Amino acid sequence: MAFRNYILVCGGTACESSRADQIYQNLIKECKDQGVADEVQVIKTGCFGFCEQGPIVKVLPEDSFYVKVSPKDAHEIIAEHIIKGREVTRLLYDKSESRKHAKVEDIQFYQKQFRIVLRNCGFIDPENIDEYIAREGYEALEKALFEMTGDDIIEELKTAGLRGRGGAGFPTWMKWNFTKQAENDVKYVVCNADEGDPGAYMDRSTLEGDPHSVLEAMTICGKAIGAQKGYIYIRAEYPLAINRLEIAMAQAREYGLLGKNILGSGFDFDIEIRLGAGAFVCGEETALLQSIEGHRGMPQPRPPFPAVKGLWGKPTVINNVETWANIPVIISKGGNWFSKIGTADSKGTKVFALTGKIRNSGLVEVPMGTTLREIVFDIGGGIANGRKFKAVQTGGPSGGVITDADLDTPIDFGSLVRIGSMMGSGGMIVMDEDDCIVDVAKFYLNFTVDESCGKCAPCRIGGRSLCNILEKITLGNGVPEDLEAMATIGKAMRVGSLCALGQTAPNPILSSMKFFGEEYRAHIEDKSCPSGTCKNLVTYSILADKCIGCTACARKCPVGAITGEKKQLHIIDQNTCIKCGVCLETCKFGAVVVQ
Amino acid sequence: MSESNENKFSPELLSFINEWKDKPGNLIMVLHKVQEEQDYISREAADQVAALLDVPLATIWGVVSFYHFFKLTKPGKHNIQICMGTACYLKGAQPLIDELAKQLAIEVNEVTDDGLFSLEAVRCVGCCGLAPVLTVGGEVFGKVTKDQIAGIIAKYK
Ligand SMILES: Cc1cc2nc3c(=O)[nH]c(=O)nc-3n(C[C@H](O)[C@H](O)[C@H](O)COP(=O)(O)O)c2cc1C
Ligand code: SF4
Ligand code: SF4
Ligand code: SF4
Ligand code: FES
Ligand code: FES
Repeated sequence: MAFRNYILVCGGTACESSRADQIYQNLIKECKDQGVADEVQVIKTGCFGFCEQGPIVKVLPEDSFYVKVSPKDAHEIIAEHIIKGREVTRLLYDKSESRKHAKVEDIQFYQKQFRIVLRNCGFIDPENIDEYIAREGYEALEKALFEMTGDDIIEELKTAGLRGRGGAGFPTWMKWNFTKQAENDVKYVVCNADEGDPGAYMDRSTLEGDPHSVLEAMTICGKAIGAQKGYIYIRAEYPLAINRLEIAMAQAREYGLLGKNILGSGFDFDIEIRLGAGAFVCGEETALLQSIEGHRGMPQPRPPFPAVKGLWGKPTVINNVETWANIPVIISKGGNWFSKIGTADSKGTKVFALTGKIRNSGLVEVPMGTTLREIVFDIGGGIANGRKFKAVQTGGPSGGVITDADLDTPIDFGSLVRIGSMMGSGGMIVMDEDDCIVDVAKFYLNFTVDESCGKCAPCRIGGRSLCNILEKITLGNGVPEDLEAMATIGKAMRVGSLCALGQTAPNPILSSMKFFGEEYRAHIEDKSCPSGTCKNLVTYSILADKCIGCTACARKCPVGAITGEKKQLHIIDQNTCIKCGVCLETCKFGAVVVQ
Repeated sequence: MSESNENKFSPELLSFINEWKDKPGNLIMVLHKVQEEQDYISREAADQVAALLDVPLATIWGVVSFYHFFKLTKPGKHNIQICMGTACYLKGAQPLIDELAKQLAIEVNEVTDDGLFSLEAVRCVGCCGLAPVLTVGGEVFGKVTKDQIAGIIAKYK
């Protein structure tokens, strides 16, 4: 080590938004002021994955993991930790067992994780190509350019068994092989960084924390299939990732790793960024290509597949960010090494964005074959606020719910389909007993209907009808035949829609009806919402034995629905009540209940 | 300021358009740049883009109306974006929208009379660990509660 200490400050979006940059600046200033600037290097890295506890600062070589750091803590970190060699205990993760949980490898959140895709996230400064190179970056490209033929590269991917991480799980080597075999002078390489599933941010963190891994992989692909141009299609909503990509591309060009005659090999390859504009359907590959071409992003019938007729009619490989990030490691370490990780059906790891009602929300990377229970309870720490686990949804708006009964399923592409969901891109949303399953299904359906491009009728009309039925049910106007009707419409959409958006849109309903049929029937038959979410189906009332007549609720009720004398039982007039929930929040005596 | 003056393209924007003029598939990138400078795509701006890139106006409106990111009306000076992604929805984004709408006395996609604030519901902004999240002109607020709304608005007044 050239420096005595390294201080890593998380520069991911979540931490940046909690003033991580100020922490970074202050640490540099404190190092100067306290005379240790020559001995300590302060580095801003990508996301550590533990965003819930951010902003995060890690000090090496002690591996002290500081959480919820604020800019004013910089002084103490330098004065105590760096100068006196005493860890700042109050900032360590889990102070209760202070020393025990201080080190990164001791934190349960990280114990079951295995990092390939996120290998550099939180370790290197993504704005400095030298740090990527120092961790074996661009070695795979060198190997691919000088020691391997296109077929060798593809063979390595085949041995690895890598399947696409964008959702469908298509074997990557096959895609490359089709494109390589397609006869054409011009071919393209495309990176899908549209990441439309709301609640998922794996690709964003990878690009922010390790942009070179994607650039390197795309260049390797260019060599393998004979393409000279690549495009990264990225959401405009990701300004930090775009900025880091631009910096990385400029540095790679400067180092002769991108552009003309790469590393003197005679091979030319360059990459351009194209921005998405907030249309979920543009994550679908044919729509994405339409969008790069500057058109409305309408999905196109396949075949022809992009491998044959893609961007501007030329053979095109299109892969997801996470798929790309795996590739340099596979080329460096070999397909055999990779294929030993994971299950028979799915090799390697998968990154998930664990969010919702989970205690440790964040980004996790686990080997395929890890069970959902390990992710939710061991890594995620279970449900927040002592509530009960209800379900987890994978696959976003195209996926389904998974209940406690299936939590011990080892995750891979096949097993998730067998339990009625799908891998999707890696969103993992945890719900607890306070969440209404019908309301969540309605949320997803509203999303897909909003995002449908409207090109084909089953998706356009079917989706709208499903939404209307769900709306009716949550308003208390559902009839028993609605369940049957939704199943019928859902099946028609699956069969008749042109693209996977429409084909999978009914999944959240079909799967939740299967596992939570009771809850749907409660809404329809008993006109009640067991979790108390659907306003029209709940009643607020006051328990006679708990109310002490403090009048607080009556004063706060916006419509004057509560009456009662001081020190007497209060009563809610159900005809006036607008179910705003204010009385429930107000009563300190637990006298207001919602049913 | 007259409308046409307000929507005049800056020299930087014009040179960006010039640079992209002959690249295939340039329209969306050009519209992004226009919106970056002017906050929305006005009629005048669309007319100019049509002339500069030599594409039919209908094509431009087709693209602008397809993509949610492009705005057709001028947003407030401070555009408040509330994340309505799944993680934020589950953590109570809807009550936040209701509260903002109440305090600003506008609905989603409207602008306050003084032009100071507008309200927009957006998809995941990528900070799901901090749900529920809202952003005001690029500044991110995480784990927002209803009580903080008044303070956040006050900060930009
Ligand atoms: C509606 C819809 C949205 C999609 N969104 C994304 C996305 O945001 N990111 C992504 O990589 N793939 C997305 N896909 C999958 C792509 O069509 C395509 O399968 C993927 O980019 C292929 O890359 P892979 O083989 O590396 O997974 C989406 C598909 C559909 C139908
Ligand atoms: S299924 Fe839906 S999103 Fe896909 S092409 Fe048809 S209308 Fe468009
Ligand atoms: S706030 Fe609670 S205790 Fe007080 S009057 Fe209302 S219901 Fe009774
Ligand atoms: S729910 Fe709202 S409207 Fe109804 S009684 Fe309570 S405070 Fe009043
Ligand atoms: S953004 Fe800092 S840990 Fe994720
Ligand atoms: S769902 Fe709101 S930030 Fe991701």
